[in-house]
Amino acid sequence: MAVRAVDRRGWRYRGNVAVRVLAATVGAYGVASCLAMAVARLGAGGRIDAVIAGTLCAYLAVPAVAIWAFVARGPWRAWGGVVVLAALFGGLAWMIGPPAR
Amino acid sequence: MSAIREGMRQVMAWLHGWTGLALGWVLFVMCLAGTMSVFKPEISRWMRPEATASAGRIEAIAAATNWLASSARGSTGWYLTAPDDRANVVEATYDKGGDYVARALDPVSGAPVARETLGGEFFYRLHFELELPYPWGRWLASIAALAMLTALVTGIIAHRRIFRDFFTFRPRKGQRSWLDGHNALGVLALPFHLMITFSGLVTLASLNMPWGIVANYGNDLAAAFHDLAPGAVDRPAAGRPATLAPIAPMLREAERRFGGAPFSRVSIANPGDVASVVTVYRSDAAQIGATVAEVSFDGPSGRVIGAWSEARPAVGTYAVIYGLHMGRFAGGLLRWLYFLGGAMLTLAVASGMILWVVKRRERAPLSLANRIVERLNVGIIAGVPIGFAAYLCVNRLLPIGLIDRAQQEVTIALDAAGIALLAAIAVPPRLGWPLLLGVLALLCFAAPVVGGGLSYLSQALARGDAMLPMADALLIGVALTALACMRAVTRKRPEIRRPARARAIA
Repeated sequence: MAVRAVDRRGWRYRGNVAVRVLAATVGAYGVASCLAMAVARLGAGGRIDAVIAGTLCAYLAVPAVAIWAFVARGPWRAWGGVVVLAALFGGLAWMIGPPAR
Repeated sequence: MSAIREGMRQVMAWLHGWTGLALGWVLFVMCLAGTMSVFKPEISRWMRPEATASAGRIEAIAAATNWLASSARGSTGWYLTAPDDRANVVEATYDKGGDYVARALDPVSGAPVARETLGGEFFYRLHFELELPYPWGRWLASIAALAMLTALVTGIIAHRRIFRDFFTFRPRKGQRSWLDGHNALGVLALPFHLMITFSGLVTLASLNMPWGIVANYGNDLAAAFHDLAPGAVDRPAAGRPATLAPIAPMLREAERRFGGAPFSRVSIANPGDVASVVTVYRSDAAQIGATVAEVSFDGPSGRVIGAWSEARPAVGTYAVIYGLHMGRFAGGLLRWLYFLGGAMLTLAVASGMILWVVKRRERAPLSLANRIVERLNVGIIAGVPIGFAAYLCVNRLLPIGLIDRAQQEVTIALDAAGIALLAAIAVPPRLGWPLLLGVLALLCFAAPVVGGGLSYLSQALARGDAMLPMADALLIGVALTALACMRAVTRKRPEIRRPARARAIA
């Protein structure tokens, strides 16, 4: 969609793609990391059980966010989604705080 | 289909292509080495043809510890893998003067076998360490696996008709044929591809996704690992020497506690110290889950000081995912299916990279960047197998007592792949493909024969050992396949070129 909407030549297009590539790599990994932390702290069961649940979920976030980064209507909108998700998961993890013990 | 859905597919195809291009070459090496690793013990046996002695796992570990006690005295740890119905040596890793050494120990004498080689371990390590120093190789492998996961998901979404692709193949039609082949390879074994990619990420989780651990344990990694394996006894060395109690009774006690299931690995921390700990791990061959039970013993007395059998659901899930990737539980037909699945993924990656070039060549003359991609494709897809075949040949040819022999084998294998890559960059693909495929065929024909190969074959046949003849037959099969590809490349090339050139002129 958006990728095709712009002209495929020129720096404008390249900048558009570069910003999205960053969202799809650094951004996706960031969201995945925050999700891993949120689930690890939310999770029931022992400390390590929740860590495993969080880690397994986190990997699934990477392709999902990477795809979002390229289907979003614009490159900054793509980053907007990344920031919102990271803030949501990161904020959740931060509010819950480290487990006791 | 609505315009938005069509657009979505195009974006997915675009993302699939670029993700594949970015890490395709790394993924090809990983997939091929991983596929070889399915037969890691068999490759090791092929590469140590003189090692034919066999002993039970308990006797073999006892012999190995006796030898290590006199030869690796100051070590901080011995890590042993027992022989089983696939491997016939004890694989020992220990530190010697600050360096880790890996040796294959004779199951009867306990001493290293004559032909010093890494055997199948080379492919196994290459699969996730890529011959790069720790942790960079594992990082690159993790990034490649994440790219693969993204490429798989985008590949699925980009598809109009997943089910029909099961049955679609239109040969000798240039881009169409490559696309059909790529789709079939990807779709037919899709559940395997998804499983192996996801579980591969999980095996390196503590490196590539440590944030859950950080959230719940902070910097206390030791506590996390203790929770993961609560049976593990971590005892610092006391600094006072002591001798290890006989190990056979400990191994028998461990197997009794495993409910009669065999052990496979044994680690001895601080051997020769009064605080030494012997830990015996249950074999992965009898269940999917990896390392689901362990028993620890006090080294000098042989008393049980820790035992654990995994029953927690989340950790059990992790063990099963880990075990699914290692595939050590898979015997017989299932092992061949792992091999087939890996081979299909390797070919899917290779055909995808070739497709990148073919698609662009049929539209217009290739740009300089894509001409470089085309040559790198030749260098990696044909050059990496050349390195592997050279590794097998050199194993037969290097003299037995050579200093640092195992490392020399690896160096020559990497050099061979490197030279092949340089050759592929130097000459046009029209020549590069047949040249490299010819060299690959030659090396695969040579591997079973050179350095007394035929005498090993006749000895194996006399013993009634089917493994070595089968491996030789597989090598000949690869050689014949390489020859067939060579013929196809030399014959087909002008046919594809003509329409593209005609269009360019018009």
